[in-house]
Amino acid sequence: MIASLIRFAAGIDRRWAGSEPLDATGAAIQRLYYANHASHLDAPILWASLPPAARARTRPVAAADYWNRDVRQLLSKGMRAVFVERCGVAAEACAPMEEALADGDSLILFPEGTRNREPAHGVLPFKSGLYHLKRGFPHVEVVPVALRNVGRMMPKGTLLPIPLLAGVTFGPPVPLADDDDKERFLARARFALQTLVDGGRR
Amino acid sequence: MIDHQIWTIVAVVSVPLVLATVVGEGLVRRADTPTSVQRAKRLRARIRSWWWMIAAMLGFLSLGVPGILGFFGIVSLLAMRELVTLVPSRRADHGMLVLSFFVAVPVQYGLIWLDWYGLFAVFVPVWALLAVSIGVAMQGDADRFLHRIAAIHYALLVGVYCISHAPGLLLLTIPGYEGQEYKLLAFLVVVTQASDVLQYLFGKAFGRHALMPSLSPDKTVEGMVGGVLSATVVGALLTPLTPFGLGETTALAFFVVNAGWLGGMVMSAIKRDAGVKDYGAFIDGHGGVLDRVDSLVFAAPALFHVVRWLHSTT
Repeated sequence: MIASLIRFAAGIDRRWAGSEPLDATGAAIQRLYYANHASHLDAPILWASLPPAARARTRPVAAADYWNRDVRQLLSKGMRAVFVERCGVAAEACAPMEEALADGDSLILFPEGTRNREPAHGVLPFKSGLYHLKRGFPHVEVVPVALRNVGRMMPKGTLLPIPLLAGVTFGPPVPLADDDDKERFLARARFALQTLVDGGRR
Repeated sequence: MIDHQIWTIVAVVSVPLVLATVVGEGLVRRADTPTSVQRAKRLRARIRSWWWMIAAMLGFLSLGVPGILGFFGIVSLLAMRELVTLVPSRRADHGMLVLSFFVAVPVQYGLIWLDWYGLFAVFVPVWALLAVSIGVAMQGDADRFLHRIAAIHYALLVGVYCISHAPGLLLLTIPGYEGQEYKLLAFLVVVTQASDVLQYLFGKAFGRHALMPSLSPDKTVEGMVGGVLSATVVGALLTPLTPFGLGETTALAFFVVNAGWLGGMVMSAIKRDAGVKDYGAFIDGHGGVLDRVDSLVFAAPALFHVVRWLHSTT
Protein backbone atom coordinates (compact mmCIF):
# COMPACT_ATOMS: atom_id res chain seq x y z
CA MET A 1 0.00 0.00 0.00
CA ILE A 2 2.87 2.38 0.80
CA ALA A 3 4.30 1.49 -2.60
CA SER A 4 1.15 2.32 -4.55
CA LEU A 5 0.79 5.63 -2.70
CA ILE A 6 4.36 6.56 -3.61
CA ARG A 7 3.83 5.47 -7.20
CA PHE A 8 0.68 7.58 -7.51
CA ALA A 9 2.26 10.69 -5.99
CA ALA A 10 5.45 10.41 -8.04
CA GLY A 11 3.90 9.30 -11.35
CA ILE A 12 6.86 7.01 -11.88
CA ASP A 13 8.14 6.55 -15.44
CA ARG A 14 10.01 3.24 -15.16
CA ARG A 15 12.27 1.81 -17.85
CA TRP A 16 14.23 -1.42 -17.98
CA ALA A 17 17.34 -0.78 -20.06
CA GLY A 18 18.97 -4.19 -19.89
CA SER A 19 17.95 -5.61 -16.51
CA GLU A 20 14.47 -7.08 -16.05
CA PRO A 21 14.02 -7.60 -12.29
CA LEU A 22 12.40 -11.05 -12.45
CA ASP A 23 13.73 -14.23 -14.01
CA ALA A 24 11.73 -16.42 -16.39
CA THR A 25 9.88 -18.06 -13.49
CA GLY A 26 8.76 -14.70 -12.09
CA ALA A 27 11.10 -14.85 -9.09
CA ALA A 28 13.18 -11.86 -8.07
CA ILE A 29 16.83 -11.86 -9.15
CA GLN A 30 19.16 -11.03 -6.27
CA ARG A 31 20.72 -7.67 -6.87
CA LEU A 32 22.61 -4.69 -5.53
CA TYR A 33 20.73 -1.75 -6.95
CA TYR A 34 22.81 1.40 -6.72
CA ALA A 35 21.59 4.86 -7.69
CA ASN A 36 22.45 8.54 -7.83
CA HIS A 37 21.41 10.27 -4.62
CA ALA A 38 19.94 13.76 -4.36
CA SER A 39 16.83 13.44 -2.19
CA HIS A 40 15.28 11.63 0.76
CA LEU A 41 12.69 10.41 -1.73
CA ASP A 42 15.26 8.44 -3.75
CA ALA A 43 15.04 5.18 -1.81
CA PRO A 44 11.22 5.15 -1.45
CA ILE A 45 10.75 5.89 -5.16
CA LEU A 46 13.26 3.29 -6.35
CA TRP A 47 11.78 0.73 -3.99
CA ALA A 48 8.21 1.52 -5.05
CA SER A 49 9.06 1.27 -8.75
CA LEU A 50 10.06 -2.42 -8.43
CA PRO A 51 7.41 -5.02 -9.25
CA PRO A 52 5.84 -6.55 -6.10
CA ALA A 53 7.77 -9.84 -6.22
CA ALA A 54 11.10 -8.03 -6.42
CA ARG A 55 10.04 -5.32 -3.95
CA ALA A 56 9.26 -7.91 -1.27
CA ARG A 57 12.87 -9.11 -1.46
CA THR A 58 14.56 -5.69 -1.78
CA ARG A 59 15.72 -3.57 1.16
CA PRO A 60 17.08 -0.03 1.06
CA VAL A 61 20.27 0.65 3.02
CA ALA A 62 19.85 3.66 5.31
CA ALA A 63 21.96 5.54 7.82
CA ALA A 64 20.85 4.46 11.30
CA ASP A 65 21.42 7.87 12.92
CA TYR A 66 19.01 9.59 10.55
CA TRP A 67 16.42 7.07 9.43
CA ASN A 68 16.00 4.92 12.54
CA ARG A 69 14.03 7.47 14.59
CA ASP A 70 10.61 9.21 14.98
CA VAL A 71 8.27 9.20 11.96
CA ARG A 72 11.07 8.39 9.56
CA GLN A 73 11.27 5.02 11.27
CA LEU A 74 7.76 4.16 10.06
CA LEU A 75 8.77 4.54 6.42
CA SER A 76 12.08 2.74 6.97
CA LYS A 77 10.37 -0.17 8.70
CA GLY A 78 7.73 -0.29 5.97
CA MET A 79 10.51 -0.81 3.44
CA ARG A 80 12.43 -3.18 5.77
CA ALA A 81 15.44 -0.86 5.62
CA VAL A 82 18.88 -2.22 6.53
CA PHE A 83 20.39 0.23 9.01
CA VAL A 84 24.09 0.93 8.91
CA GLU A 85 26.31 3.14 11.03
CA ARG A 86 27.59 6.09 9.05
CA CYS A 87 30.94 6.47 10.77
CA GLY A 88 32.86 3.33 11.46
CA VAL A 89 35.24 0.85 9.94
CA ALA A 90 34.13 -0.28 6.50
CA ALA A 91 34.09 -3.93 7.49
CA GLU A 92 31.81 -3.34 10.48
CA ALA A 93 29.52 -0.99 8.58
CA CYS A 94 29.06 -3.65 5.93
CA ALA A 95 28.04 -6.42 8.32
CA PRO A 96 24.25 -5.76 8.32
CA MET A 97 24.27 -5.57 4.53
CA GLU A 98 26.17 -8.84 4.27
CA GLU A 99 23.59 -10.49 6.51
CA ALA A 100 20.78 -9.30 4.27
CA LEU A 101 22.58 -10.56 1.17
CA ALA A 102 23.25 -13.89 2.85
CA ASP A 103 19.48 -14.13 3.48
CA GLY A 104 18.96 -13.78 -0.28
CA ASP A 105 17.59 -10.24 -0.21
CA SER A 106 18.46 -7.53 -2.72
CA LEU A 107 19.74 -4.14 -1.54
CA ILE A 108 19.32 -0.54 -2.63
CA LEU A 109 22.39 1.57 -1.98
CA PHE A 110 23.62 5.04 -2.69
CA PRO A 111 27.39 4.70 -3.00
CA GLU A 112 27.90 8.46 -3.18
CA GLY A 113 27.33 8.24 0.56
CA THR A 114 25.40 11.48 0.82
CA ARG A 115 22.84 13.48 -1.10
CA ASN A 116 24.42 15.33 -4.00
CA ARG A 117 23.83 19.09 -3.77
CA GLU A 118 24.74 19.74 -7.39
CA PRO A 119 23.50 16.71 -9.34
CA ALA A 120 24.07 18.60 -12.61
CA HIS A 121 27.81 18.48 -11.93
CA GLY A 122 27.86 14.71 -12.06
CA VAL A 123 27.81 11.67 -9.80
CA LEU A 124 30.10 12.01 -6.76
CA PRO A 125 32.99 9.56 -6.11
CA PHE A 126 31.80 6.23 -4.69
CA LYS A 127 32.39 4.77 -1.25
CA SER A 128 33.94 1.34 -1.35
CA GLY A 129 31.03 -0.70 0.10
CA LEU A 130 29.71 -1.65 -3.32
CA TYR A 131 33.04 -3.29 -4.19
CA HIS A 132 33.36 -5.23 -0.92
CA LEU A 133 29.82 -6.53 -1.16
CA LYS A 134 30.29 -7.64 -4.76
CA ARG A 135 33.58 -9.40 -3.84
CA GLY A 136 31.82 -11.18 -0.99
CA PHE A 137 28.76 -12.10 -3.03
CA PRO A 138 29.94 -12.41 -6.64
CA HIS A 139 26.69 -14.03 -7.84
CA VAL A 140 24.67 -10.90 -6.91
CA GLU A 141 24.18 -8.61 -9.92
CA VAL A 142 25.27 -4.98 -9.49
CA VAL A 143 22.65 -2.89 -11.29
CA PRO A 144 22.87 0.89 -11.83
CA VAL A 145 19.63 2.84 -11.47
CA ALA A 146 19.34 6.41 -12.77
CA LEU A 147 16.82 8.56 -10.89
CA ARG A 148 15.51 11.63 -12.71
CA ASN A 149 13.67 14.60 -11.20
CA VAL A 150 13.63 13.08 -7.71
CA GLY A 151 16.26 15.57 -6.59
CA ARG A 152 13.96 18.37 -7.74
CA MET A 153 10.95 16.94 -5.90
CA MET A 154 12.63 17.38 -2.56
CA PRO A 155 16.16 18.78 -2.79
CA LYS A 156 18.58 18.60 0.12
CA GLY A 157 17.59 21.05 2.83
CA THR A 158 13.87 21.28 2.04
CA LEU A 159 10.99 19.94 4.09
CA LEU A 160 8.06 19.69 1.68
CA PRO A 161 8.10 17.75 -1.57
CA ILE A 162 6.49 18.93 -4.80
CA PRO A 163 4.83 16.41 -7.09
CA LEU A 164 6.78 15.80 -10.29
CA LEU A 165 7.04 12.83 -12.61
CA ALA A 166 9.99 10.75 -11.43
CA GLY A 167 12.06 8.79 -13.92
CA VAL A 168 13.59 5.47 -12.86
CA THR A 169 15.85 3.74 -15.40
CA PHE A 170 17.48 0.38 -14.64
CA GLY A 171 20.70 -0.22 -16.57
CA PRO A 172 22.55 -3.44 -17.48
CA PRO A 173 24.50 -5.19 -14.66
CA VAL A 174 28.08 -4.06 -14.07
CA PRO A 175 30.52 -7.02 -14.17
CA LEU A 176 33.41 -7.60 -11.76
CA ALA A 177 36.51 -9.13 -13.36
CA ASP A 178 38.80 -11.39 -11.29
CA ASP A 179 41.73 -8.99 -11.62
CA ASP A 180 39.67 -5.87 -10.85
CA ASP A 181 40.91 -3.85 -7.94
CA LYS A 182 38.65 -1.60 -5.90
CA GLU A 183 39.39 1.58 -7.83
CA ARG A 184 38.83 0.05 -11.23
CA PHE A 185 35.51 -1.57 -10.29
CA LEU A 186 34.18 1.56 -8.58
CA ALA A 187 35.22 3.72 -11.54
CA ARG A 188 33.41 1.37 -13.90
CA ALA A 189 30.29 1.36 -11.74
CA ARG A 190 30.33 5.13 -11.41
CA PHE A 191 30.82 5.58 -15.16
CA ALA A 192 27.92 3.19 -15.88
CA LEU A 193 25.63 5.20 -13.59
CA GLN A 194 26.77 8.55 -15.00
CA THR A 195 26.10 7.30 -18.55
CA LEU A 196 22.64 6.12 -17.55
CA VAL A 197 21.86 9.44 -15.84
CA ASP A 198 23.04 11.44 -18.87
CA GLY A 199 21.18 9.20 -21.31
CA GLY A 200 17.92 9.62 -19.45
CA ARG A 201 18.17 13.38 -19.28
CA ARG A 202 15.59 15.11 -21.36
CA MET B 1 -26.61 18.55 -11.40
CA ILE B 2 -27.05 15.49 -13.56
CA ASP B 3 -30.37 16.28 -15.19
CA HIS B 4 -32.04 14.78 -18.25
CA GLN B 5 -29.96 16.96 -20.61
CA ILE B 6 -26.69 15.62 -19.19
CA TRP B 7 -28.02 12.05 -19.38
CA THR B 8 -29.03 12.67 -22.99
CA ILE B 9 -25.47 13.75 -23.80
CA VAL B 10 -24.07 10.67 -22.05
CA ALA B 11 -26.49 8.45 -23.97
CA VAL B 12 -25.64 10.06 -27.32
CA VAL B 13 -21.88 9.90 -26.64
CA SER B 14 -22.19 6.25 -25.60
CA VAL B 15 -23.40 5.14 -29.03
CA PRO B 16 -20.16 5.84 -30.94
CA LEU B 17 -18.15 4.80 -27.89
CA VAL B 18 -19.84 1.39 -27.73
CA LEU B 19 -19.16 1.04 -31.43
CA ALA B 20 -15.52 2.05 -30.90
CA THR B 21 -15.22 -0.43 -28.03
CA VAL B 22 -16.47 -3.28 -30.24
CA VAL B 23 -14.11 -2.27 -33.08
CA GLY B 24 -11.20 -1.87 -30.64
CA GLU B 25 -11.68 -5.33 -29.11
CA GLY B 26 -12.03 -6.80 -32.60
CA LEU B 27 -8.80 -5.17 -33.79
CA VAL B 28 -6.88 -6.56 -30.82
CA ARG B 29 -8.21 -10.06 -31.59
CA ARG B 30 -7.46 -9.80 -35.31
CA ALA B 31 -3.99 -8.27 -34.99
CA ASP B 32 -1.23 -10.72 -35.93
CA THR B 33 2.11 -8.88 -36.16
CA PRO B 34 3.73 -7.53 -32.98
CA THR B 35 3.42 -3.91 -34.19
CA SER B 36 -0.25 -4.25 -35.10
CA VAL B 37 -0.95 -5.94 -31.75
CA GLN B 38 0.76 -3.06 -29.98
CA ARG B 39 -1.12 -0.45 -32.02
CA ALA B 40 -4.48 -2.16 -31.49
CA LYS B 41 -3.84 -2.46 -27.75
CA ARG B 42 -3.02 1.23 -27.53
CA LEU B 43 -6.23 2.08 -29.37
CA ARG B 44 -8.19 -0.22 -27.05
CA ALA B 45 -6.58 1.41 -24.00
CA ARG B 46 -7.50 4.82 -25.44
CA ILE B 47 -11.14 3.80 -25.83
CA ARG B 48 -11.31 2.15 -22.41
CA SER B 49 -9.89 5.30 -20.84
CA TRP B 50 -12.72 7.28 -22.38
CA TRP B 51 -15.21 5.20 -20.38
CA TRP B 52 -13.22 5.86 -17.21
CA MET B 53 -13.05 9.58 -17.90
CA ILE B 54 -16.79 9.79 -18.53
CA ALA B 55 -17.46 7.83 -15.33
CA ALA B 56 -15.11 10.11 -13.37
CA MET B 57 -16.73 13.26 -14.74
CA LEU B 58 -20.24 11.99 -13.92
CA GLY B 59 -19.09 10.99 -10.44
CA PHE B 60 -17.70 14.44 -9.69
CA LEU B 61 -20.66 16.16 -11.37
CA SER B 62 -23.06 14.27 -9.12
CA LEU B 63 -21.41 16.01 -6.14
CA GLY B 64 -22.50 19.38 -7.47
CA VAL B 65 -20.35 22.51 -7.48
CA PRO B 66 -17.74 21.17 -4.98
CA GLY B 67 -17.41 18.09 -7.19
CA ILE B 68 -16.84 20.18 -10.31
CA LEU B 69 -14.26 22.35 -8.54
CA GLY B 70 -12.58 19.29 -7.04
CA PHE B 71 -12.37 17.58 -10.42
CA PHE B 72 -10.77 20.54 -12.19
CA GLY B 73 -8.57 21.28 -9.17
CA ILE B 74 -7.13 17.78 -9.48
CA VAL B 75 -6.72 18.26 -13.24
CA SER B 76 -4.81 21.49 -12.49
CA LEU B 77 -2.50 19.76 -10.01
CA LEU B 78 -1.75 16.98 -12.47
CA ALA B 79 -1.22 19.44 -15.33
CA MET B 80 1.12 21.53 -13.16
CA ARG B 81 3.04 18.39 -12.26
CA GLU B 82 3.54 17.57 -15.94
CA LEU B 83 4.56 21.13 -16.85
CA VAL B 84 6.95 21.66 -13.94
CA THR B 85 8.58 18.29 -14.69
CA LEU B 86 9.68 19.77 -18.04
CA VAL B 87 11.16 23.01 -16.65
CA PRO B 88 14.74 23.01 -15.34
CA SER B 89 13.96 24.23 -11.84
CA ARG B 90 16.69 24.79 -9.29
CA ARG B 91 16.78 24.42 -5.56
CA ALA B 92 16.08 28.15 -5.12
CA ASP B 93 12.72 27.69 -6.87
CA HIS B 94 11.53 25.00 -4.50
CA GLY B 95 9.66 27.21 -2.03
CA MET B 96 7.68 29.01 -4.73
CA LEU B 97 6.91 25.69 -6.43
CA VAL B 98 5.52 24.31 -3.17
CA LEU B 99 3.28 27.40 -2.93
CA SER B 100 2.27 27.09 -6.59
CA PHE B 101 1.03 23.55 -6.09
CA PHE B 102 -0.42 23.64 -2.63
CA VAL B 103 -1.62 27.24 -2.23
CA ALA B 104 -2.25 28.70 -5.69
CA VAL B 105 -4.42 25.78 -6.85
CA PRO B 106 -6.80 25.70 -3.85
CA VAL B 107 -7.03 29.50 -3.78
CA GLN B 108 -7.89 29.81 -7.48
CA TYR B 109 -10.66 27.19 -7.21
CA GLY B 110 -11.75 28.53 -3.83
CA LEU B 111 -12.40 31.90 -5.46
CA ILE B 112 -14.90 30.25 -7.81
CA TRP B 113 -16.57 28.72 -4.77
CA LEU B 114 -16.69 32.17 -3.13
CA ASP B 115 -18.11 33.66 -6.34
CA TRP B 116 -15.35 36.28 -6.26
CA TYR B 117 -14.79 37.07 -9.94
CA GLY B 118 -12.60 40.15 -9.37
CA LEU B 119 -9.86 38.25 -7.55
CA PHE B 120 -10.31 35.11 -9.68
CA ALA B 121 -9.41 37.19 -12.74
CA VAL B 122 -6.22 38.70 -11.29
CA PHE B 123 -4.97 36.19 -8.72
CA VAL B 124 -2.56 34.33 -11.02
CA PRO B 125 -1.70 37.07 -13.56
CA VAL B 126 -1.01 39.67 -10.86
CA TRP B 127 -0.49 38.24 -7.39
CA ALA B 128 1.14 34.95 -8.32
CA LEU B 129 3.39 36.78 -10.80
CA LEU B 130 4.61 39.14 -8.09
CA ALA B 131 4.93 36.43 -5.47
CA VAL B 132 6.84 33.97 -7.67
CA SER B 133 9.21 36.65 -8.98
CA ILE B 134 9.95 38.08 -5.54
CA GLY B 135 10.09 34.70 -3.82
CA VAL B 136 12.61 33.28 -6.28
CA ALA B 137 14.68 36.49 -6.47
CA MET B 138 15.02 36.61 -2.67
CA GLN B 139 16.79 33.23 -2.79
CA GLY B 140 19.70 35.05 -4.42
CA ASP B 141 20.27 32.60 -7.28
CA ALA B 142 20.33 34.60 -10.54
CA ASP B 143 21.41 31.74 -12.81
CA ARG B 144 18.93 31.69 -15.74
CA PHE B 145 16.60 33.69 -13.50
CA LEU B 146 14.25 34.94 -16.23
CA HIS B 147 13.88 31.44 -17.70
CA ARG B 148 13.05 29.97 -14.33
CA ILE B 149 10.45 32.49 -13.16
CA ALA B 150 8.91 32.62 -16.66
CA ALA B 151 8.58 28.85 -16.71
CA ILE B 152 7.01 28.67 -13.24
CA HIS B 153 4.58 31.45 -14.05
CA TYR B 154 3.69 29.97 -17.42
CA ALA B 155 2.96 26.65 -15.72
CA LEU B 156 0.63 28.50 -13.34
CA LEU B 157 -1.05 30.41 -16.17
CA VAL B 158 -1.68 27.29 -18.26
CA GLY B 159 -2.13 24.64 -15.60
CA VAL B 160 -4.11 26.66 -13.07
CA TYR B 161 -5.39 29.94 -14.52
CA CYS B 162 -6.49 28.77 -17.97
CA ILE B 163 -7.93 25.44 -16.87
CA SER B 164 -9.81 27.08 -13.98
CA HIS B 165 -11.80 29.09 -16.54
CA ALA B 166 -13.69 25.91 -17.47
CA PRO B 167 -15.41 25.59 -14.04
CA GLY B 168 -15.03 29.39 -13.91
CA LEU B 169 -18.04 29.47 -16.25
CA LEU B 170 -20.04 28.95 -13.03
CA LEU B 171 -19.10 32.52 -12.08
CA LEU B 172 -21.07 33.97 -14.98
CA THR B 173 -24.53 35.38 -14.41
CA ILE B 174 -26.63 35.26 -17.54
CA PRO B 175 -30.12 36.73 -17.04
CA GLY B 176 -32.77 34.06 -17.46
CA TYR B 177 -30.13 31.26 -17.22
CA GLU B 178 -29.18 31.56 -13.53
CA GLY B 179 -28.13 28.31 -11.92
CA GLN B 180 -27.64 26.56 -15.25
CA GLU B 181 -24.17 27.90 -16.06
CA TYR B 182 -22.72 24.43 -15.49
CA LYS B 183 -24.36 23.46 -18.78
CA LEU B 184 -21.99 25.84 -20.55
CA LEU B 185 -19.21 23.81 -18.97
CA ALA B 186 -20.75 20.65 -20.43
CA PHE B 187 -20.95 22.44 -23.80
CA LEU B 188 -17.26 23.39 -23.60
CA VAL B 189 -16.07 19.92 -22.58
CA VAL B 190 -18.18 18.03 -25.13
CA VAL B 191 -17.28 20.35 -28.03
CA THR B 192 -13.50 20.37 -27.37
CA GLN B 193 -13.28 16.63 -26.74
CA ALA B 194 -15.50 15.84 -29.74
CA SER B 195 -13.21 18.05 -31.81
CA ASP B 196 -10.15 16.08 -30.66
CA VAL B 197 -11.72 12.74 -31.55
CA LEU B 198 -13.15 13.99 -34.87
CA GLN B 199 -9.83 15.56 -35.89
CA TYR B 200 -8.15 12.23 -35.13
CA LEU B 201 -10.74 10.28 -37.17
CA PHE B 202 -10.74 12.70 -40.13
CA GLY B 203 -6.95 12.70 -40.03
CA LYS B 204 -6.83 8.88 -40.12
CA ALA B 205 -9.38 8.70 -42.93
CA PHE B 206 -8.38 11.58 -45.20
CA GLY B 207 -5.10 12.94 -43.82
CA ARG B 208 -2.62 13.73 -46.63
CA HIS B 209 -0.94 17.04 -45.89
CA ALA B 210 0.90 17.60 -42.63
CA LEU B 211 -0.29 20.72 -40.84
CA MET B 212 2.91 21.64 -39.03
CA PRO B 213 5.13 18.59 -38.62
CA SER B 214 7.77 20.48 -36.67
CA LEU B 215 5.24 20.90 -33.81
CA SER B 216 2.87 17.98 -34.14
CA PRO B 217 3.85 15.14 -36.49
CA ASP B 218 0.39 13.52 -36.58
CA LYS B 219 -1.83 16.51 -37.33
CA THR B 220 -2.99 17.01 -40.91
CA VAL B 221 -4.79 19.82 -42.71
CA GLU B 222 -7.61 17.44 -43.67
CA GLY B 223 -8.00 16.24 -40.07
CA MET B 224 -8.06 19.77 -38.74
CA VAL B 225 -10.61 21.10 -41.25
CA GLY B 226 -12.86 18.02 -40.98
CA GLY B 227 -12.64 18.05 -37.20
CA VAL B 228 -13.32 21.77 -36.87
CA LEU B 229 -16.36 21.67 -39.15
CA SER B 230 -17.88 18.48 -37.71
CA ALA B 231 -17.25 19.55 -34.11
CA THR B 232 -18.95 22.86 -34.92
CA VAL B 233 -21.98 20.81 -36.01
CA VAL B 234 -21.79 18.92 -32.69
CA GLY B 235 -21.78 22.30 -30.93
CA ALA B 236 -24.79 23.46 -32.93
CA LEU B 237 -26.66 20.30 -31.89
CA LEU B 238 -26.02 21.30 -28.25
CA THR B 239 -27.97 24.57 -28.69
CA PRO B 240 -30.69 23.45 -26.20
CA LEU B 241 -27.98 23.35 -23.47
CA THR B 242 -27.12 27.02 -23.92
CA PRO B 243 -29.05 30.25 -23.39
CA PHE B 244 -28.21 31.27 -26.96
CA GLY B 245 -29.89 30.81 -30.34
CA LEU B 246 -28.73 28.36 -33.00
CA GLY B 247 -26.69 30.93 -34.91
CA GLU B 248 -24.81 32.20 -31.89
CA THR B 249 -24.19 28.73 -30.47
CA THR B 250 -22.78 27.60 -33.81
CA ALA B 251 -20.49 30.64 -33.96
CA LEU B 252 -19.34 30.01 -30.36
CA ALA B 253 -18.69 26.34 -31.11
CA PHE B 254 -16.59 27.30 -34.17
CA PHE B 255 -14.65 29.76 -32.01
CA VAL B 256 -14.14 27.26 -29.18
CA VAL B 257 -12.98 24.49 -31.52
CA ASN B 258 -10.41 26.77 -33.16
CA ALA B 259 -9.12 28.06 -29.83
CA GLY B 260 -8.92 24.38 -28.88
CA TRP B 261 -6.70 23.05 -31.65
CA LEU B 262 -4.53 26.17 -31.63
CA GLY B 263 -4.01 25.71 -27.88
CA GLY B 264 -3.16 22.09 -28.63
CA MET B 265 -0.45 23.22 -31.05
CA VAL B 266 1.04 25.45 -28.35
CA MET B 267 1.05 22.54 -25.89
CA SER B 268 2.76 20.43 -28.59
CA ALA B 269 5.42 23.08 -29.12
CA ILE B 270 6.27 22.88 -25.41
CA LYS B 271 6.63 19.11 -25.68
CA ARG B 272 8.82 19.32 -28.79
CA ASP B 273 11.03 21.89 -27.07
CA ALA B 274 11.47 19.56 -24.09
CA GLY B 275 12.03 16.57 -26.39
CA VAL B 276 9.18 14.42 -25.09
CA LYS B 277 6.40 12.72 -27.03
CA ASP B 278 3.74 12.84 -24.31
CA TYR B 279 3.30 14.83 -21.11
CA GLY B 280 3.20 11.62 -19.09
CA ALA B 281 1.36 8.33 -18.86
CA PHE B 282 -1.43 9.16 -16.43
CA ILE B 283 -4.29 8.24 -18.79
CA ASP B 284 -3.72 4.86 -20.39
CA GLY B 285 -3.47 5.22 -24.18
CA HIS B 286 -3.75 9.00 -24.12
CA GLY B 287 -0.51 10.07 -22.44
CA GLY B 288 -0.51 12.66 -19.69
CA VAL B 289 -3.42 14.72 -18.41
CA LEU B 290 -2.21 17.66 -20.50
CA ASP B 291 -2.31 15.53 -23.64
CA ARG B 292 -6.02 15.08 -22.97
CA VAL B 293 -6.94 18.62 -21.90
CA ASP B 294 -4.58 20.49 -24.26
CA SER B 295 -7.55 21.63 -26.35
CA LEU B 296 -9.39 22.87 -23.26
CA VAL B 297 -6.53 25.03 -22.06
CA PHE B 298 -7.08 27.94 -24.45
CA ALA B 299 -10.72 27.22 -25.29
CA ALA B 300 -11.85 27.68 -21.67
CA PRO B 301 -10.70 31.28 -21.09
CA ALA B 302 -11.65 32.20 -24.67
CA LEU B 303 -15.24 30.97 -24.25
CA PHE B 304 -15.43 32.42 -20.73
CA HIS B 305 -14.53 35.95 -21.78
CA VAL B 306 -16.58 36.04 -24.98
CA VAL B 307 -19.71 34.90 -23.14
CA ARG B 308 -18.97 37.22 -20.25
CA TRP B 309 -18.53 40.18 -22.60
CA LEU B 310 -21.68 39.42 -24.58
CA HIS B 311 -24.10 38.24 -21.91
CA SER B 312 -22.94 38.16 -18.32
CA THR B 313 -23.74 40.74 -15.69
CA THR B 314 -20.85 39.45 -13.51
